[in-house]
Amino acid sequence: MSNPSALEHPTFKRVKAAFGSAKLQATEFRGQATLIVEPKDLHAIMKFLRDDEECQFNFLADVVGVDYLDYPSKMPGRFAVVYNLCAYSRDDRFFVRVYLDPSIPTEGIEEDPALFVDSVCDLWNSAEWPERELFDMFGIRFANHPDLRRIMLWKEYPAHPLRKDYPLRGRGERESYRVVDRTSS
Amino acid sequence: MPYTLTPDTGITPNADNIDYIKDHIDTGDRWVLNFGPQHPATHTTLRLVLELDGERIARCTPHIGYLHSGFEKLAEHLDYNQYVTIVSRMNYLSPISNNICWHGGVEKLFGIEITNRCKVLRTIMAELGRIQDHLLCVGAAALDLGAFTGFLYAFNPREKIHDILDYISGQRFHPDWTRVGGIMKEIPDEEVFKRMVKNFLHADLEQAIQDLENLVNRNRIFMDRTQGVGILTHDEAIDFGATGPIARGSGVKRDLRKDEPYLCYADNWDGEGAEAVKFSVPICHDGDVYARFLVRLEELKQSISIIDQLIDNIPQGSADVFVDEKITKPNKNEVYGSIEGLIQHFELIMTNRGWDAPIGETYLAHETANGELGYYTVADGTKCSWRVKTRPPSFYNFSMAAKLIEGHMLADIVAVIGSLNIVAGELDR
Repeated sequence: MSNPSALEHPTFKRVKAAFGSAKLQATEFRGQATLIVEPKDLHAIMKFLRDDEECQFNFLADVVGVDYLDYPSKMPGRFAVVYNLCAYSRDDRFFVRVYLDPSIPTEGIEEDPALFVDSVCDLWNSAEWPERELFDMFGIRFANHPDLRRIMLWKEYPAHPLRKDYPLRGRGERESYRVVDRTSS
Repeated sequence: MPYTLTPDTGITPNADNIDYIKDHIDTGDRWVLNFGPQHPATHTTLRLVLELDGERIARCTPHIGYLHSGFEKLAEHLDYNQYVTIVSRMNYLSPISNNICWHGGVEKLFGIEITNRCKVLRTIMAELGRIQDHLLCVGAAALDLGAFTGFLYAFNPREKIHDILDYISGQRFHPDWTRVGGIMKEIPDEEVFKRMVKNFLHADLEQAIQDLENLVNRNRIFMDRTQGVGILTHDEAIDFGATGPIARGSGVKRDLRKDEPYLCYADNWDGEGAEAVKFSVPICHDGDVYARFLVRLEELKQSISIIDQLIDNIPQGSADVFVDEKITKPNKNEVYGSIEGLIQHFELIMTNRGWDAPIGETYLAHETANGELGYYTVADGTKCSWRVKTRPPSFYNFSMAAKLIEGHMLADIVAVIGSLNIVAGELDR
């Protein structure tokens, strides 16, 4: 991550001016600007980024989840949610990221009160499916999401498979899957 | 259980906007129909649970995940070259575009500038990928509405693209043609390659487009079935994350080739002041199925013109970046003929060696046939990526299918889904 004094993206200043009290961090890597915010400030900052006349990030391209368990570089939290924003009027990209730390063991699918982020579906409809995918793959839940169901896997699947503590070949779900035959169905 | 609509959140999405349904809401005479996942008109494995009022769709709930194969988990265990075989299988209609985008993203992460020859070859192949994808989509648009001949007109020339892919990479469907910093292997004979591409463009493709236009464009049945169906407005297209021909069919002026230029779409791509390739971006304002069809047809013609500008000007030299940078595998002559080549080969191939990736994260998006395809790559300094998130255009394009379908007749579903050109491989990953 680059030297904070070299940050050039004008949006950083703009957000800093509007959210002076919030804890903000900024990084740039290969010309890509990322703003790190606290989960509680996320929704307000995203709304600002969309509506402010100098930001105008009208397009949410993607929502990315990353699990940093045993990542070689020190990270502020175990999970990251990265929002990929785009301003059509300026052809500009901007990344907003939040970090989350689980409060319970991450092997299962129990609801973890620490892994909660405010949904941005009310700002961009395009967030609906990627947030569902994040819930499915990482178990990060989104508050105020209109329809938070698993999207790829079925409801009973016993893990969130893109977490780093989930093995590549699974935990035998395929082998021990319940077989329904004619007599028992 | 399969025939229930979940969840029961009390939300009836967008149904209030449609006057017809407003009068019939909750009258108790609706019934639920399951559409897919195995149905010829869905083209791929996707499923819609429809709540019907007569033949009109009151509510539609899409279910995806039938082709989920854990590609992104695999990405964490395959190195930067190996993963190209997986991205080929995401969008199997234009795999070469995925290859080029994936390795473009890796090169951005590594900070590599590829050679001019490689840029030109990749641009040509990316456009062939676009043609390949659009041909299937416009053909299938006709097929879904009963015009089987139109499908054959469009599908036949795709075979020639497969021949070209076979010639340059050895595989017809999944070329896996790019490598970090270059391409898999040099083109066997450039003259043959040029001849194949030109023959395809001017003998087969132009004729096919002409035939298809004559058959379909002003066809009364086709127009009645597609005009005014599945309308997406300009603002909705941006809000729902639509990109590519679907957004441009709704009047969104956005094409990453122009807006975030890469390869030969950027000015000064060769470092000596070369101009970007010239092409125009077709826009349609109607936002219906017919508009998307017209945009795709016009993009086919623009692709022909882009390839024509480049095919006779392929720079000579190496397609791979220099061996000294220790990024690309040296060619076989060097491996067998010099100790440096042999060492370099093993440095990349052996299981405990590989690239010295930076610790960082980048995102690169290319304009592929369906829209913005991007790879968000997290690197941890080893030869495998820490995490790769694909931004598949189909995923976002399909997320608004329910909105487009609601209020229409049952038979319009195939027209709408065909126009969105859903590819389940990248939808489910």
